[in-house]
Amino acid sequence: MSVRPPDAPNRSRAFLAALACLALVLFLLAPAAVHAQSEHGAEDLRPLLSGLNNGRDFDKTAEGIRAIAATGNPAAAALLQSFRAGNLEVRKSDDRIVRVEKRGGETVAIDPLTGEVLGELRRRDTRRISINNNLRNLVDEVVAGMTLRADDPAIRQTAAREMLAAASADNIEPLRAALAEETDASVRQTMERALAASLLRSDASLEDKRAAMETVAALGDRQALQLLTLAASDPELSERANRLIAGVERQLAFWEVAQNVWFGISLGSVLLLAAIGLAITFGVMGVINMAHGEMVMLGAYTTFVVQETIRIHYPGLFEASLAIALPLAFCVSGLIGILIERSVIRWLYGRPLETLLATWGISLILQQAVRVLFGASNREVGNPDWMSGAFQLGGMSITYSRLSIVIFSLIVFGLLVLLLQRTAFGLQIRAVTQNRRMASTMGIRTPWTDALTFGLGSGVAGIAGVALSQIDNVSPNLGQGYIIDSFLVVVFGGVGNLWGTFVGALSLGILNKFLEPYAGAVLGKILVLVLIILFIQKRPRGLFPQKGRAAEG
Amino acid sequence: MSMTSSLLYLDGVSVSFDGFKALNNLSMVLEQGEMRAIIGPNGAGKTTMMDCITGKTRPDEGTILFDGSVDLTELDEAAIANRGIGRKFQKPTVFEKHTVRTNIALALKESRSPFHLLLARLDREQNARIDEVLDTIRLGHLQKETAANLSHGQKQWLEIGMLLAQDPRLLLVDEPVAGMTDSETAETAKLLVDIAKSHTVIVVEHDMAFVRDLDVKVTVLHEGSVLAEGALDHVSADKRVIDVYLGR
Amino acid sequence: MTTISPTLLTRFAVGAIAILLVGSLVVIYLNLGLPADHAWHVPTYVMSLMGKYLAFALLALSIDLVWGFGGILTLGHGAFFALGGYAMGMYLMRQIGDRGVYANPLLPDFMVFLNWDSLPWYWLGFDSFWFAAAMVILVPGLLAFVFGWLAFRSRVTGVYLSIITQAMTFALMLAFFRNEMGFGGNNGLTDFKDILGFNIQSAETRAALFFATALAVSLGLLLCIWMVRSRFGQALVAVRDAEARARFIGYRVEHYKLIVWTVSAAMAGVAGALYVPQVGIINPSEFAPGNSIEAVIWVAVGGRGTLVGSIVGAVLVNFGKTYFTGAFPELWLFVLGALFVVVTIFLPRGIMGPFFGMIDRRRQRRLAAEQSESAARASARREAGIEPDDAATAGQGAAQ
Repeated sequence: MSVRPPDAPNRSRAFLAALACLALVLFLLAPAAVHAQSEHGAEDLRPLLSGLNNGRDFDKTAEGIRAIAATGNPAAAALLQSFRAGNLEVRKSDDRIVRVEKRGGETVAIDPLTGEVLGELRRRDTRRISINNNLRNLVDEVVAGMTLRADDPAIRQTAAREMLAAASADNIEPLRAALAEETDASVRQTMERALAASLLRSDASLEDKRAAMETVAALGDRQALQLLTLAASDPELSERANRLIAGVERQLAFWEVAQNVWFGISLGSVLLLAAIGLAITFGVMGVINMAHGEMVMLGAYTTFVVQETIRIHYPGLFEASLAIALPLAFCVSGLIGILIERSVIRWLYGRPLETLLATWGISLILQQAVRVLFGASNREVGNPDWMSGAFQLGGMSITYSRLSIVIFSLIVFGLLVLLLQRTAFGLQIRAVTQNRRMASTMGIRTPWTDALTFGLGSGVAGIAGVALSQIDNVSPNLGQGYIIDSFLVVVFGGVGNLWGTFVGALSLGILNKFLEPYAGAVLGKILVLVLIILFIQKRPRGLFPQKGRAAEG
Repeated sequence: MSMTSSLLYLDGVSVSFDGFKALNNLSMVLEQGEMRAIIGPNGAGKTTMMDCITGKTRPDEGTILFDGSVDLTELDEAAIANRGIGRKFQKPTVFEKHTVRTNIALALKESRSPFHLLLARLDREQNARIDEVLDTIRLGHLQKETAANLSHGQKQWLEIGMLLAQDPRLLLVDEPVAGMTDSETAETAKLLVDIAKSHTVIVVEHDMAFVRDLDVKVTVLHEGSVLAEGALDHVSADKRVIDVYLGR
Repeated sequence: MTTISPTLLTRFAVGAIAILLVGSLVVIYLNLGLPADHAWHVPTYVMSLMGKYLAFALLALSIDLVWGFGGILTLGHGAFFALGGYAMGMYLMRQIGDRGVYANPLLPDFMVFLNWDSLPWYWLGFDSFWFAAAMVILVPGLLAFVFGWLAFRSRVTGVYLSIITQAMTFALMLAFFRNEMGFGGNNGLTDFKDILGFNIQSAETRAALFFATALAVSLGLLLCIWMVRSRFGQALVAVRDAEARARFIGYRVEHYKLIVWTVSAAMAGVAGALYVPQVGIINPSEFAPGNSIEAVIWVAVGGRGTLVGSIVGAVLVNFGKTYFTGAFPELWLFVLGALFVVVTIFLPRGIMGPFFGMIDRRRQRRLAAEQSESAARASARREAGIEPDDAATAGQGAAQ
């Protein structure tokens, strides 16, 4: 255990809080800040404007550019950008520098500093300002240097990142200048890294490069590897560089493993969602419900119907479509589950093999019914905006949709555990499954408990369908893809044990994703199936078997 | 070694289920040709002991030797059965879909190899042996009846008959008179005493009158180990046994 | 499930074999012996359709052997069927020779298409019919043996076994879908030309295949009857009904299950091998988990543990399938689904059940008569002074 200063937890908590506040403030103020810039002191630049117009004397123009940049004026960047883009021209009538823009089919002259429309232009009214590639590069450089000193830390951060990505010797000076006045810790870090990267691409002193190598190594990504390899070509640096390369490679390998684990958890959470309802109907009640996959499918189709209705009647509610679909899917699948239990399964208690066959028949009927109602082809179910996109965590990328499903599966699992362990209904379920006759003599209405338990398992499958509609094709065959996996997860984890299902789903998910890079997706899946078959031979009662006399027979 | 003369030798056998000690350092010796009654309150470990001897449950620790040298803890049920240990369950289990006669034929002492049985037919001697067993258990007239149609007492007897057909060296009989009428119980006691003349037998029973009828050495189990051993009169005078049976 | 005396089973089986052999010869005569415009003429495609039903019947029979008598509900027999089919398909592919699209004398078309330059080692030998025929039995048999050896030894039973048999056939399906496996991937094996030098499309070959299938079903039935009637069969049923008891009498339960499981898988393989030349194609969808479950329902419809019933069930359900998918394609899955539900709840003994039940009741009555007769004899013996005790109890028993 490492020794921590006593206030370390507090400090890190304070830091997180500050970060969160900062993010919030940025989020709220960013548009306002951009707006403020355009008004603030742009007029100060007007005397320098003519410095851009020197005919073919490019050196003089370069001086003019530098002079504008040197003001550090927030409006300067925008001005230079439009210069670089060739949008600045000279109006012949008054030799005034204007920005030329097309608006609504007409060409207009705009004041480059205030944005005020100065009037229409005809083709011959203006004269171009000469520019060459050197000047363009110069603009890029100085603009980057300027945005590095922008008021908005977010803009500075972006600029620093860009410089990091395109490290070159030219960036050294602007970065140094910016670093001198940078106060924001995270921007500072990015800048330092960008500077280090730039130093390695320059002919800086060995001392500088040595320090830079350490900073770059902390990046721990492919770019760092590239830069360090570059540095390693210098015999003076090679020893340290190679050691750092090894470190970075370890780090990269770590992130690769982490990414695989994440993919595995993601797949595992899908398996968990699919299997969790089965953990109740099969694991707790001992009913082999081959129509379980169809309960999932019905949940997915409920989502489809909800989204269709919203699209047609209440388009504004689309973002909430999943929230609306969840309870509906639970009810639809749950009620159909209760119907199946009352009409078919209750006649077959104690005859698991017959139950298996009868519920298979039901699954065929449900599939065909959906096929007749909705057609055999895939149905489009949309993702709400908040579920699209991704973010970067260290060296791995995480999509919001997968993250949502992982979190969602954990919530569903948690609620179910609570329901079974902490509520009167859960107690009844456990009582009935452990000793039916005793439970019945104690006044529990066992047929009701059976029906409701089955309804619960089916309803949870329906909820899973809502989540799976986000990542899978919604078709009548949706459920069939999950049924075998679900059963294997429950059996692998140990029947009658919700935690077993949890561990089973996650470990199978991760195992699958670790085999995939070596064996390919299909072969990986086959291997997992074979491994489970072998595992069940070794431990027929799964990972977490029920022990003792109760489990015999 | 002294153990070689004994047919069954249990030493320090312990079994626990989820922390519950079903057998706790149980030791017992059974001599060749002996008949032993085992009594004890519910949960004393009587059935678990039988499970350990017949290979259904593997003890956590301890030795179980059969015939002085065979380590039963290493073998599975079928192997143990084929070494000559027969068992009758507490709840009568017979092959319900088969006739009474086939039930006996299935238990007949013979090779259990599936390939042998694919080709073998019952010979005259074997048929005679089946008739003999059927006579002994008094079910000859029902030999073509499906076993499922027998009464509870008849099933108990059929199971004893299957044990006889198996002709084991050691019989384990678990509560043979549970659910029997008084006259049936007396008949069963007579039958067991008869069997004990040529076999070594362990009988587990609750019914004290029945144990008295058997008139053999008694072992009292309590909480997974031996509490007392000796003649019934001797053990029933033991203060600890009285405590266990009448509650503390 | 029905308990039927072995004698009754045998009587039915003999009847079924007679119907199968005579019936198939009649159909062949109606196909080959009558002109095409004759009112009684049976078209070749109908004959092959019947041949397909009979191949399915053999599969159903193999399932009834393990399920009805061994108590093993297999949901993976479609895998053995398909493996047998692939073995036959490989032989038929090799017979195409250079008549394929790419006219490669050695490689089947799909291998040429995948730019393979030589035959994979596991295709060697399949140019010989007898080698292929051996593989039809050996490959499914070996897979079943290994799978069963592992499963039965670790005492995987009941639904757990059913689930892993599903996983087995599912894994095989995924595997056979891969082009790299070398079995034609998605498309499977098809475009067959000859079998044993005869044109596979000709009516005569079709007739021979049809008769071979009827013969195979008959032989399968005989094999099942022989196994079930033997003392092995009695022990097997004992294992099915009271596995633990059988162990305590000394039966190695796993050996009994393993034998019947392996034999049954080999039968399913033969069924697949007869199926492929008659339908002209084998592809990975034959491994689909649903197929294996559907085959189980044929047995359930006919009556589990009746042997003949499984044949009747397979033929009836598949005839229904042909009819419905032609006339009301939307309805078929509803009908099939309802069949599963109705049979398990209302007809647990299948359609043959009530029939056998009737005969069984008559047997019971006869038995009762025999018993009172033996009781009378016993009392006669008692009067003669022999074994008074035994005879007395016997008399009591009979009076019950």
